[in-house]
Amino acid sequence: MLDVQNLSIVFGGLKAVSDFNLTINEKEIVGLIGPNGAGKTTVFNMLTGVYTPTEGTISYLGEKIQGLKPYNITKKKIARTFQNIRLFSNLTVLDNVKVSFNYRINYSLFDSIFRTPKFRKTEAEIIEKSVELLKVFSLDTKKYELASNLPYGEQRKLEIVRALAAEPSLLLLDEPAAGMNPQETVELMELINWIKDKFHISILLIEHDMKLVMGICDKIAVLDYGKKIAEGTPEEIKNNPKVIEAYLGEEA
Amino acid sequence: MKNFFNKKTITIILGVLITYAVLFGLISANVINSYYKGIITFSLINIILAVSLNLIVGFTGQLCLGHAGFMSIGAYVSALISQKAGMPFVVSIFIGAIVACIFAALIGYPTLKLTGDYFAITTLAFGEIIRIIIMNINVVGGARGFTGIPIKTTFTVAFVFMVISIIVIKNVINSSQGRAMLSVRENEIAAESMGINAFKYKMMAFVIAAFFAGLAGGLYAHYAGYIKPDSFDFNKSIDYLTFVVFGGMGSLSGSVIAATVLTFLPELLRGMGDFRMVIYPLALILLMIFRPEGLLGDKEVSLNIIKNILPDKKSKDRKEA
Repeated sequence: MLDVQNLSIVFGGLKAVSDFNLTINEKEIVGLIGPNGAGKTTVFNMLTGVYTPTEGTISYLGEKIQGLKPYNITKKKIARTFQNIRLFSNLTVLDNVKVSFNYRINYSLFDSIFRTPKFRKTEAEIIEKSVELLKVFSLDTKKYELASNLPYGEQRKLEIVRALAAEPSLLLLDEPAAGMNPQETVELMELINWIKDKFHISILLIEHDMKLVMGICDKIAVLDYGKKIAEGTPEEIKNNPKVIEAYLGEEA
Repeated sequence: MKNFFNKKTITIILGVLITYAVLFGLISANVINSYYKGIITFSLINIILAVSLNLIVGFTGQLCLGHAGFMSIGAYVSALISQKAGMPFVVSIFIGAIVACIFAALIGYPTLKLTGDYFAITTLAFGEIIRIIIMNINVVGGARGFTGIPIKTTFTVAFVFMVISIIVIKNVINSSQGRAMLSVRENEIAAESMGINAFKYKMMAFVIAAFFAGLAGGLYAHYAGYIKPDSFDFNKSIDYLTFVVFGGMGSLSGSVIAATVLTFLPELLRGMGDFRMVIYPLALILLMIFRPEGLLGDKEVSLNIIKNILPDKKSKDRKEA
């Protein structure tokens, strides 16, 4: 469903990502790995419209989406989380989730000001759906707490809930396990797998935790210095000499 | 509609009506003399300005330094229409407010696309430009000021418009549009990634804020009967910003309280002569030291605060509805 062709971006004289190709099929979990500074997050930012690629095409469900604004890409059913958590910290947990419904609301400013029945009906639906979603992730008991008051692990979870509330068919997770302990990482692995099945979505994730990546990904792409050096199943990647070299350096 | 007539709404309506009745009664009975009546009316107008400025500064996170500019547009346009064209008062202040909206849209369009301080600086410049332009228009009296505006803003009129402004802005904030504005304030990149067109909502907030600033300007012109460009200078914009910061960015009730207190304070301190100029800033400095988030932060005064004090009655519907 996602097809990336020859994606490149240049910052000044630096080619941060060059000729990156990737396809993601339905209900597939794809991992994007690579050493620090390899350009993984840059790829994410191009996929979600934060950066406009210098060259190349991104097509999603048959539509070209490169160069669209982030909010328009969300409307095309791609949602993401961030490496450094970007929640709406001073809003409640519930409001964080409700924000994601904004692009689908059918009432106008006029309805809001005059509190028309249409407004009331839609708002009630949004609350109901948000709470339902929070319940799935057992965050509903904390729905009136400020997002900034949640413990770290739950903030990460809330970011995923917020992204899911935008009803994506492709979810991009940027280092979801960053800062989690091994136990939490295992739980997260199960959660990601479960999300895929429950919401029938594809997932692309950046992750440094090899156990997690190797454990859940159907396919892994490896980036180094902005170039894709390998792609394949976890088994193939584990034994790929180029990947080992990128991570551990050349044999002396 | 089912929760329209719930306890909370009724309490609020009653509260507003009682406030009005008490003030109106005291004014009619001459307990409040015309000097204080004037200050009360003036503080009602200031509440409109503070609440509307809070929408763009406190709720959407865009620093606007030209609120007095929009007020002056509303004031001059409405005064011109009601005096020279003889249009009814209410029509004229609405036209003034709409013209202020149009100016806001023109300024917002190029600057709200950018992030950072551009918006603050542009609105600052705009306020000054408007003031200087008005100074050079002879039809409205130039620097001498615009005299002979029919005095139409009574206590009741100001009160009604204040209530309407607060209701409209409150309803905007507690809607999907309002949540979008808040999300832009909290984190613009994350908001855009959740499908929020940040520019659209910044514009929406700015135009609504300018509308009410224009409305307040119109009320002010028809209250004072005389306006001059200098009444809408940069210091005025800063005054309104002070109301917002004092009351708490992101708190409507905070703005209401701050606008009232800070309108009355200089008047009440009049007896102290020059010390007035010391006490007012001192109050601000102390507040900023002890409560940097403003009187109320981003909380609202609500009945639940009282409920929370009573034990065993945890309110769960905080922030809902």
